[in-house]
Amino acid sequence: MRKQLMKGNEAVVKSAILAGCRAFYGYPITPATEITEAAALYMPPSGGVFLQAESEVASINMLYGAASAGVRVMTSSSGPGISLMQEGMSYLAGAELPCVIVDITRAGPGLGNISSEQGDYHQVVKGGGHGNYRTIVLAPHSVQEMADLTALAFELADRYRNPVVLLADGFIGQMMEPVEFPQTAVEPRMPGWAVAGTKETRGNFLTSLVLDNDGLEKHQLDLEAKYRRVEECEVRAEEWQTEDAEIVLVGYGIVARILKAVAAEARANGIKVGVLRPITLYPFPTKNFQRLAKTARVFVVVEMSNGQMVEDVRLAVNGARPVEFFSRVGGNVPSHEEVLGIVQQQAGRILSEMQLEEERMTNA
Amino acid sequence: MPSEMVSEYEVSHARPKAFFARFERKDELQHQTHYCPGCGHGIVHKMVARAIDELGIQDRTILISPVGCSVLAYEYFDVGNVQVAHGRAPAVATAIKRSRPESILISYQGDGDLSSIGTAEIIHAANRGENITVIFVNNGIYSMTGGQMAPTTPLLQKTATTPFGRSAQNEGYPLHMSEMLATLDAPVYIERVGLGDNKQIAQATRAVRRALDNQVRGLGFSLVEVLAPCPTIFKMNPVDAQRWVRDVLGKIFPLKVILDRTKEAQPRQLPEPAPALDRIPKILGVANEDLPEGNPAAHDEKAVMDLRVRVAGFGGQGVLLLGEVLAEAGLDAGLEVSWLPSYGPEMRSGTSNCHVRLSRHAIDSPMVMNPDVLVAMNEPSLRKFYKSVPAGGWILYNGDAFPADCEQDDIHVLACPFTRVADELGDARACNMVMLGALLEIAGVLRDVNIDAAFKRLVKSPRWMELNGRALAKGRALYIESCQEVCNAY
Repeated sequence: MRKQLMKGNEAVVKSAILAGCRAFYGYPITPATEITEAAALYMPPSGGVFLQAESEVASINMLYGAASAGVRVMTSSSGPGISLMQEGMSYLAGAELPCVIVDITRAGPGLGNISSEQGDYHQVVKGGGHGNYRTIVLAPHSVQEMADLTALAFELADRYRNPVVLLADGFIGQMMEPVEFPQTAVEPRMPGWAVAGTKETRGNFLTSLVLDNDGLEKHQLDLEAKYRRVEECEVRAEEWQTEDAEIVLVGYGIVARILKAVAAEARANGIKVGVLRPITLYPFPTKNFQRLAKTARVFVVVEMSNGQMVEDVRLAVNGARPVEFFSRVGGNVPSHEEVLGIVQQQAGRILSEMQLEEERMTNA
Repeated sequence: MPSEMVSEYEVSHARPKAFFARFERKDELQHQTHYCPGCGHGIVHKMVARAIDELGIQDRTILISPVGCSVLAYEYFDVGNVQVAHGRAPAVATAIKRSRPESILISYQGDGDLSSIGTAEIIHAANRGENITVIFVNNGIYSMTGGQMAPTTPLLQKTATTPFGRSAQNEGYPLHMSEMLATLDAPVYIERVGLGDNKQIAQATRAVRRALDNQVRGLGFSLVEVLAPCPTIFKMNPVDAQRWVRDVLGKIFPLKVILDRTKEAQPRQLPEPAPALDRIPKILGVANEDLPEGNPAAHDEKAVMDLRVRVAGFGGQGVLLLGEVLAEAGLDAGLEVSWLPSYGPEMRSGTSNCHVRLSRHAIDSPMVMNPDVLVAMNEPSLRKFYKSVPAGGWILYNGDAFPADCEQDDIHVLACPFTRVADELGDARACNMVMLGALLEIAGVLRDVNIDAAFKRLVKSPRWMELNGRALAKGRALYIESCQEVCNAY
């Protein structure tokens, strides 16, 4: 396969259509707009539907409609628009309708600004809408992953009849890298439960409404069982030189790229550093953390948020090891030097700890 | 009573085929619906079901159940059923219809649903002329939640949320949605009917059927507003409630055909048939056979090659394009590349910059904080980034003279009025390519064939192709000249 230089936002659309997506509804917003534009360009000639909706509220409900009709469907937005979609995401999860929502994050709260931030983690990963539900969340850190994880998102959405969010910061959406695509397209197939206006599907019914308490409790327990299966089967994470790492750097999206560069330099200076990069933010790679907690001495979480994913890391590590946190927000990016400084500081701390331990051993 | 009349009477009471035989929610009370005695929904449901029967569209029909008393409409209609969020039925119906054009969509909505929380969705569905049928049941009150004000509630009417009566100053006037929608160019048919007496009901039956028939014929957006009684909330018996609809609600919302373009309307075009699946990669421009093979140069695998460039200038100077040509040429040369733009509000005015990396190995971070080469296309950009260039690095500066206070030890500088040079070549906008020429000569990692390939992909106009070629050559020459000057100085 040959590679071509492409923005992450454009790669998402091409991958989606190759994955059988045949409907796109969206509303422009920086830094996600190229997705809507590319969908406008490529969806109609591919036999799909493109419509610029009147709002993100309408977009997400159009996803509800297309998904009901058994069509692979996608939308994209950024923080302010994703906020407006939360109602619809709750309904989609409740009615168990598959769809893919791409969130190219910017800085908040409110209008914030249009630079990259990772402050939407809680909203997206924990489910910002009402009620007990989960969305699967994938976090690409390269343009190639924007393409690959988009295809995976559609597979997971259908497999679990659940909304899947592709959560990428503005850098990942805006940057260009070489990318390659599969040379065969997935054939759009209508699932048996769809409501498509045909004799075969006439008896089908889709809703998130379950009026009696026992019925709704059962529905929720079924959803919970589904989420457990997702947690069991769909965890994805990348580990880079973690086998002997004393310091494990943790980050996703653009931050993970910076962490790899820092880790490479620190390794070259003899510091045992590794990188753990969650690819699925839900389900969270808890087991990776628990395994590494046995060998590593400290986890350093770096985020472009005020400390959101770090909560999940702390839950996963559960006090077994210290979890340090470093962040830049407002559109600023943690610099190589800043993170390297923290690594060196931690390395120094670990060294003195080890010396203390040795002394204690000797004295004993 | 003559027998035909009896017969007609019996026929009108027969269960339409489009209704389920049983109402599952009230197993022991099969003769009842969940609606209150005298409620308008039961009558409207039956009109819709009979129209479905008469048009023979039961298999094709999808009913969108809203939020409101008719939230359970799916319990009655033996058609495809989708229940949706409050006010969003037109958006949901839009998407189903767009993907399944053969289906018949009924967006069944109440006055709170359609004229309050869902105003945006109904206006835009109507304005797009979606080929759907909207049944808008207006009883002037929020019934399901227990009698709060609706946008259609009459002035002075006391409700749970207007305990002193609706005042125009505080709550505004009864909203005439059908008239508002009729100002749009796209809808084909909007009629307001009532359930105020039998004559009105007969007209309502005809209107509902027409609205569905329009969709079957592909004409576009049709809406029937039905004024309906709610005896429970108005604390009236069904007869008085019906009379209230005719004498009070009907005066505020006159019954009439508000819009009828069905005669001149052309059936909406159906989408083009989908292309063959194996054509999709080609349509997307990702088919291998359409992508360039590239011109990788033979190189020493062990040799370190890692070029980090930061390009900065004013928006409009071609900052991003300079970087893109560099990255594209790097890819053509078989290198790993990354291009990261600043995409902030500065795009519209002020400064713009991008990070470019070319490497023989996988690129970890695409961010270039310490560039080997800084291309500063104006003085503010120079001042912003000059300190980030590490020892041994280069600064290409677009200006007559390099500011003395920006000079640093161990940093190479090529300062030149590149914009003026480009202007002399034919267009000041080619400044970026002159600077790229100098950059390429400094970096020495790419061959002409790589640059040509990048231009072929990124530059469409033959004039610019030619100009860019000359600009690059000029840039290379400027660098070589500057080196000679340095040599001569020694």
